Formats: sequence, C-alpha cells, structure tokens
Amino acid sequence: MKRNRLTSSTTLGFLAAGVLSANFATATAVQAEELNLCWAAWDPANALVELSKDFEEQSGHTMSFEFVPWPNFADRMLNELNSGGKLCDLLIGDSQWIGGAAENGQYLKLNEFFEQESISMDDFLPATVVGYAQWPKNTPNYYALPAYADVVGWTYRKDWFSRPEIQAEFMEQHGRELDVPKTLEELKQIGEFFQGRDIDGKTVYGAAIYTERGSEGLTMGLTNALYNYGFQYEDPDKPYELEGFVNSQGSIDGLEFYKSLYDCCTPPGASDAYMSQNIDAYKSGQVAMQMNFAFIWPGVEADPVVGNGNSGYFSNPAGPTGQFAQLGGQGISVVANSENTDAALEYIKWFAQQEVQQKWWDVGGAPALRAVVEAPDFAQSQPFAQTFLDSMAIVKDFWAEPSYASLLIATQSRMHNYVVAGQGTAKEALDGLVKDWDEIFEDEGKK
Amino acid sequence: MSNSTIDRAAQATPPAMAQRVKGFSDRTIAWIFVAPTILILLAINIFPLIWTIYLSFTNFRVNRPNNEVEWVGLKNYQRILGDSDVWMTMQATAHFLIWTIVLQVLIGFVLAYLINKKFRGNDLWTTIIVFPMMLSPAVVGNFWTFLYQPQIGLFNYVVSFFTGVDPASFSMIGEVDLAPWAIVIVDTWMWTPFVMLICLAGLRSIPDSIYEAAECDRATKWRQFWTITIPMILPFLMLAVLFRGIENFKMFDLVVQLTGGGPGNTTTLTSIDLKREAFEKWRTGYSSAYAVILFVTVFGLASIYVKALNRVKQR
Repeated sequence: MKRNRLTSSTTLGFLAAGVLSANFATATAVQAEELNLCWAAWDPANALVELSKDFEEQSGHTMSFEFVPWPNFADRMLNELNSGGKLCDLLIGDSQWIGGAAENGQYLKLNEFFEQESISMDDFLPATVVGYAQWPKNTPNYYALPAYADVVGWTYRKDWFSRPEIQAEFMEQHGRELDVPKTLEELKQIGEFFQGRDIDGKTVYGAAIYTERGSEGLTMGLTNALYNYGFQYEDPDKPYELEGFVNSQGSIDGLEFYKSLYDCCTPPGASDAYMSQNIDAYKSGQVAMQMNFAFIWPGVEADPVVGNGNSGYFSNPAGPTGQFAQLGGQGISVVANSENTDAALEYIKWFAQQEVQQKWWDVGGAPALRAVVEAPDFAQSQPFAQTFLDSMAIVKDFWAEPSYASLLIATQSRMHNYVVAGQGTAKEALDGLVKDWDEIFEDEGKK
Repeated sequence: MSNSTIDRAAQATPPAMAQRVKGFSDRTIAWIFVAPTILILLAINIFPLIWTIYLSFTNFRVNRPNNEVEWVGLKNYQRILGDSDVWMTMQATAHFLIWTIVLQVLIGFVLAYLINKKFRGNDLWTTIIVFPMMLSPAVVGNFWTFLYQPQIGLFNYVVSFFTGVDPASFSMIGEVDLAPWAIVIVDTWMWTPFVMLICLAGLRSIPDSIYEAAECDRATKWRQFWTITIPMILPFLMLAVLFRGIENFKMFDLVVQLTGGGPGNTTTLTSIDLKREAFEKWRTGYSSAYAVILFVTVFGLASIYVKALNRVKQR
C-alpha cells in the first residue's frame, strides 16, 4: 500500500516535471526574447549590428546594443559585471577580462554548450582561443567564443614611399631601398627619415605610436617593442617569478627603443595618443606610418585620401630576439546574470557558423574561424588580409589574470613616467614594475 | 525644559493645528515631520560613511564576492601613508589647489572690481565672462586639448605670436614641466567667473554711504580700498576660497579629459588615483581607507577654515 502510494506520487511527480519541462522547452524555443549585446563603440560594432539582422530574422529574437567608447569601455562594463547588473545578455569583453570574469562567475562556462552544439575550439585560430576564450590559459575551459580577431600592426603611406625622389634620398642616406621595414631598427630609421620632412608643402612626421596614459594605450604599443627584445612576463618554468624576466637586459633595451621611437619620430603633442588619435594623425597626412590595431584597416582602405592603394600594411617588425605583436580582439560571452541565457546561447551558436563568420569578414568584421581565414582566397580578399594573417600568427597578450587591471595600471604608470615624462631610466622603470607586480601577486596569494 | 530642535519645532507648531491631529502629542507630530529627512540623511550620508570606515579596515574587494573578507587593522592606512606615489599625487593636488585658488581669487576680484564700475555694456560683459562656468567640465577638457595642440592649437599659436617660440616646439599637456600649469590655466579660465560673481555680490553689498563718509573725511581712493573694500569683502573672498578649495580637492573630470593624469603621474590628482584604486583595481578596502584619509583632511581643513571665516565675519 505504502509502496503503491509512493509509486503513484512518483508518477505524478514525473508527470508534473514532464509537463513543466515541456512547457519550458516550448517557451525557450518559441518565445522571442530581447537580447542586449554590449561591446565597444567602434566600426566593427556597426558591422555587427548589420550582421545581427540575419539573426533577428532567423530566430525571431530582437537585438539591442550597448556600445561604449573605448576609453570608458572597461570602466563601464566591469562596473556592470561587478555590480551584478543585467544590462548585457551578451558581452564582447576585452581579452584580459576573461580571468576575472571566469573566476568570479560573471561569464557562463561554455564547455557543455560547445559540446552539445558540436562547436569545436579546434576550428578557431589557436591564438584567439587562448587569448579570448580560455581560463586558465592553455586549459580546455571556455568562457567565450572568439568573436573579433585583432592584432597590432602597421600602416604606411605607400604613395610617399614610392616617390622616386624620396626613394633616391633614402637610398643615399641608408644604402637600401625604402620599403616595408623588416626590423624595428629599420622602422626607426624610416621614422627618422620622414620626421620633419616637407611633403607637398606640409611638414610630416615619422610615426604615430601608442602613448595614451589613462587606459591601456601605452602598454598596448610598448609591448610590441618589449616582446621583440626579449621581454617575458614571467619565468616560463616558475609562474609569477618576474625578476630577471620582466626587467631583463632585453626588456631594458626594448623599453629604451620605444622611448627613442617616441622621442625621434612622433608628431608634436603625441603624448597621449591611442587608436583614434593615430587614425587622425595618419588620415590627415601628418605621419608616414602608424601603429594601430588591425580593425582600422578597412577604414583606411575606404578613405578617399589614404585609401585606394595609397596605403600599405605590415606586421610588427622583428627585434633582436624575435617577432611578436600585441594581441587585441575579444571573445563573445554570455553574462551569467542574464535572464535570457537560452537566447544568448542561440546567438553564439548562430555566430559560430561558417557562413555567418564569412559574412562577418565581408561586412568588416574579423573572424577567427579557421575555415574562413585559412580559405585559399582569403589572403587576396583584401589588401591587408595577408598582413592580418601574418600578424595573427605572432601574437602575445598581456596578463589576463583576475588582477589584470591592477597589473595594467602599474604598467601604464611606470612606463608613461619613463617613455613620455622622461623620468628615470628604463631599468628603474622595469625594476619598479617588478616591485608593483610582485606586490599585486602577493596580495592575490599567487606568490 | 529640553531645548532640542525637536522641542523647538514642537513649540513652534501653531496650537490650532496641533489640536486638530488627535492622539498625537506635539512632539510626536514634530518627529513625524523630521523623521523622513533624518532617515534619508542616515541612508545616503551616515550609513555609507560608517560602512566606508568599516571597509577601510578590511581587505574587501567588490569584484571578488566569493573571497573571504579579512580584518586587516591599520594595514591599509599604513600602506597609503607610506606610499611615495600617494604623496606624489598629494603634491600634485596641492600644486593644483594652491595655484588655482590664488589665480582665481586675484583675477576674479579684479574682474569683479572692474565690472562693478558703471559703464556701457556692463551686463553684456558680465554674461560673456560668466560663460565658461556654464560649460560642462568634460567639454572644457576636450576642447582645451585642441587649444593646447602644438600644431593647430590656438594657445600655442598665441604664445608663439607673442614670444616668437615655434608653436610645435612645446606641448602644454605632454611635458612634465608644463602639464601641471596646463590644468591650472584651464581650471582658472573656467572657474574665475564664479569667484568674480561672489566678489561682485560682496562689492555690491557695501553701502555707498560708507564711501560717502570716507569721501567727507577726505580719505584717498587707495585708503578707501584698503580700509573699506578689502575688510568688507574679505568674508566673501574667504567663502570663494572655501568653495573652490573643496571643489578642486576633488577635481577629476576636467583633468582626466585633459591629461589622463599624465605625462607619467605629473597630473595624477588624489581623486584620479582614488578612482583608479576603487573602480579600476577594485581594491575596495584600500580605497575606502584612502577616501577616509581624504575626507578627514578636507573636513579638518574646512572646519578650521570655517572657524576663521566666522571670526572674520564677527569682526
């Protein structure tokens, strides 16, 4: 009797659960949600709005967007995550946020979802998987789908470089042809060559490089020199051991090189320049070369003055110990606090499809799906496509630790003090950085 | 009989009104009126203050909700007061504070003195002079970065015009020696009109009869200025210094827009440093201690100053 009662109540329970889950499944499949996607306010975001119209059409969900200008992007979005806000269902967050967001449960872990939907991380460029999706790094724990592949590279005035009189003068001065620099030293020589030069009655300068103080600008530029001179974030065999790696002789040389590039070859007043200032300096014809993330290249090509074949692109040149470039770009994550996680996951599933990724490239995005970027015709699809591929193959990224912001602020402070303010020596700046970073890792209990 | 505010409010309530609300004493009615204000004050002023003081003794981080919060005693305070970078920001703040106040009071007073004279177009000039303080600090910061631009900036052009120096040869916001002055100049441009308005109110409050009596006594203009104008306007000047002092101690937006705290840390004021600690590094406990130190400093200095101001007023 007792058993019978138990059986019937269990049956009822199963029935109820069945009805409920059926309702839930129907609701999630049919009910249209309003999804809010948060990202930085820049050209690729506009391209994503266009791209997402297909998703709206196919899924019945509606999309809204919250785009924040780069200088405030981290402040605004990290505030949102830390305060448990529900503004964003999907967040295309900076690569360095992944550690903190994963450890603090702010992003959904996507392993199960990827498995269920047969989305394989092997299908994406390895550097983007490590940089945008994994935490801890190099472990199969995924919190994002690589969404926008980006890297620091260089743009140059091909039209100026090809002028016979300029070619001749450069040849006379340096005994070689004026062409894309293969090393950082060559890049500096070209910068010096153009600095203060009169071109078409206008004084022009060598190069626009990153020097911005307030957020991450200087660090994103400086690392392109540091990496190539031998800087390492830590002892490869002993995590968080910094002494002798961050402040190695190579790092000192790299830092001195970047300062010399700032001193010799930048336009006057370029003491706080980041992406938009460099774009302006380049497009207005002030500089012969600019350092910038690859996202700007479609805009350069489309520009009536510097576009249409007047610009060329090259990867960050090699230094004495190697050739690397600073990774940019972001992965797309589902915010754990979202009330629309099913629809958000649906978006990620849609976004991961090859045809969508191909269209992403066509509308001005930068996919990380290998089937798209490794397709035979990809390199010829845009004048900068080959440089993009070459650059993506040599990337390194800044710390993605949960304490990345503290590590970044210390870097900005120490490096700006040396490079722009000219205070102290490169060794003092790097020793100071080791001290700051050590303190942060000790606070974190990592040392 | 108690002399508390509540009692005084109760006594001031008209009897007829008090009698209409049956069942409540005058004192209860007074409490009913005062309570919402007290509750709001407690909620938005006192509680956050006490909470901040509590957090300042912990290692709490708002972005690590899962971490255990530990009591660290005075460690945060010791770290802040022993940190040379913090003292550098204090130094930068002091430089900014002192020079902006000195310049604004001097220029503001001179402008008020001139505007106080009766001449044609007086109102128009007052409006034009007051215009900068009507703008948003973010806007002001942004357009001054253009004015300071070495190649196209108006400021460099003007300096070049008068001195013959190449405008592209110096960068007001990019050089260590010039950047602290760059932010002083912009803040002075923006807020001198405010000081001018306070001084103008002071000048207009001096009765003409006092000057007339001085004229009768054959006092010179110079003597009238030192013995009538200055003493009578002094409380207003001191008030202007207090307002500008408090405002500039927490200066943030204008400087962030102009220099981002650079070059290096040259223009990193305490408020910028505090914001980085609290909302970029998310060291909530540490930044709470930092905020408490700043609060005590401002509160202490302001209290001493207000006492001095009252003494001047009584004179």
